[in-house]
Amino acid sequence: MTPFDYERATDASSAVARVSAQPNAVFLGGGTNLVDHMRLGVARPELVVDVTRLPFSAIEPLPGGAIRIGAGVRNSDLAADRTIRSRYPVLSQALLAGASGQLRNLATTAGNLLQRTRCAYFQDVTVACNKREPGSGCSALDGHNRDHAILGASQQCVAVHPSDMAVALAALDATVIVLGRHGERRIPVTDFHRLPGNAPESDTVLEHGELITAVELPALPVAERSAYYKVRDRASYAFALVSVAAALHVSHGRVEDVRIAFGGLAHKPWRAVRAEATLRGAPATEENYRRAAEAELVDARPLKHNAFKIPMARNTLQMLLRQLAAGAR
Amino acid sequence: MKTSITLRVDGEQRSLQLDTRTTLLDALREHLGVTAAKKGCDHGQCGACTVLMDGRRVTTCLSLAVACDGATIITAEGLARDGTLHPVQQAFLDHDALQCGYCTPGQICSAVGMLEEARAGHPSFVTKGLALAAGLSDEEIRERMSGNLCRCGAYVNIVAAVRDAMGKTGFPS
Repeated sequence: MTPFDYERATDASSAVARVSAQPNAVFLGGGTNLVDHMRLGVARPELVVDVTRLPFSAIEPLPGGAIRIGAGVRNSDLAADRTIRSRYPVLSQALLAGASGQLRNLATTAGNLLQRTRCAYFQDVTVACNKREPGSGCSALDGHNRDHAILGASQQCVAVHPSDMAVALAALDATVIVLGRHGERRIPVTDFHRLPGNAPESDTVLEHGELITAVELPALPVAERSAYYKVRDRASYAFALVSVAAALHVSHGRVEDVRIAFGGLAHKPWRAVRAEATLRGAPATEENYRRAAEAELVDARPLKHNAFKIPMARNTLQMLLRQLAAGAR
Repeated sequence: MKTSITLRVDGEQRSLQLDTRTTLLDALREHLGVTAAKKGCDHGQCGACTVLMDGRRVTTCLSLAVACDGATIITAEGLARDGTLHPVQQAFLDHDALQCGYCTPGQICSAVGMLEEARAGHPSFVTKGLALAAGLSDEEIRERMSGNLCRCGAYVNIVAAVRDAMGKTGFPS
């Protein structure tokens, strides 16, 4: 680990000013990804500003039924929150599908959004990676790319975003609240993470020094019947090959409302807009679930080792919608 | 950069000076000589370094010690009371829940923290309807303990030990 200065933030504005003023400064949350990257040499900050003791640890109701989740709320506390469990079960389930009990006790809401890809080439400083070292090349493109993207990738980067929580937030139309030097801004979570394009080094639209202070969930009745399903190599404590977050409201055999997002398929949580459009107002049938999945996956471009993700994503979505419609979840 | 922090470790107040790069795990082992927390992978993937920090189970290899200033740490060495092993420790002995023993202090701290979480009603990924019924099934124990790897493969007896400890520590089963 390269040497760095450590400061504990006492208020958000000073923390933003401090990090904004120094190009090689970072915020520290739970540290479960950043400290690992510092040890691996993937991150080499000169200044670490610890924001874990800022007053961002509450889960609060807002007027109109929305919920405000503080940036510092630990993943375990968010998953266990009674309101989240009853009104947004997909979010609790996604959180509980990620990492381990010990890590969820450390990891924060903001840090979960900002965690970086687990692409093995990104985490290995001895090989080329455009995300870690722009212009050096992508080792995954013709390497072991079983875990990589099938949607929205570029020749520069085929990494996938690792978060489960963010997939649920994408399905729920959450909003990320950010504090910068010039004040606060609100970013829909579906616009928060980027596709790699020609700048895979940027995972998100955040500017240097901007600090996430909260995430807001809209009042969303359809979310009461929602669930998260994760397919992985072992039953627990593994990243997703494919995951699906979905909420479904069926009335008189027709889809009244539906929200779908995929994980494990792209550089960002993949909100399945086409699948939703296919389903909305349509009969809630197995055939339509399959058509919806196919509509979303029509642009999938598999790499050498990950073509299995296309049928896996289709089957997982079909199964989850079937279970939600039957009230089995 | 050097910095000063204090930690309460297994009931003792400890002050130490360390480099900001020091992880909590290295502070415990190398600076304070508390070796109950084991270094396995050093990447948060194995759980051998698990302790209870301010009452919650955490890995210590991914926390900077300086960020933990003022924390109360209980390692597996600090769980016994007046010469009597903690019920989870005793259950690990009774059920032969180890082979080489390297992962055991982390397993035990994780189990103690996990049972507290379950008592507070926290669901897991396998909890039906996110509503925890009384007691934990073996499936629940496995899921909740999945952050602790055992290369010897003593999992069957670890699950039995945790099940036994759950009964003896007042969890309605």
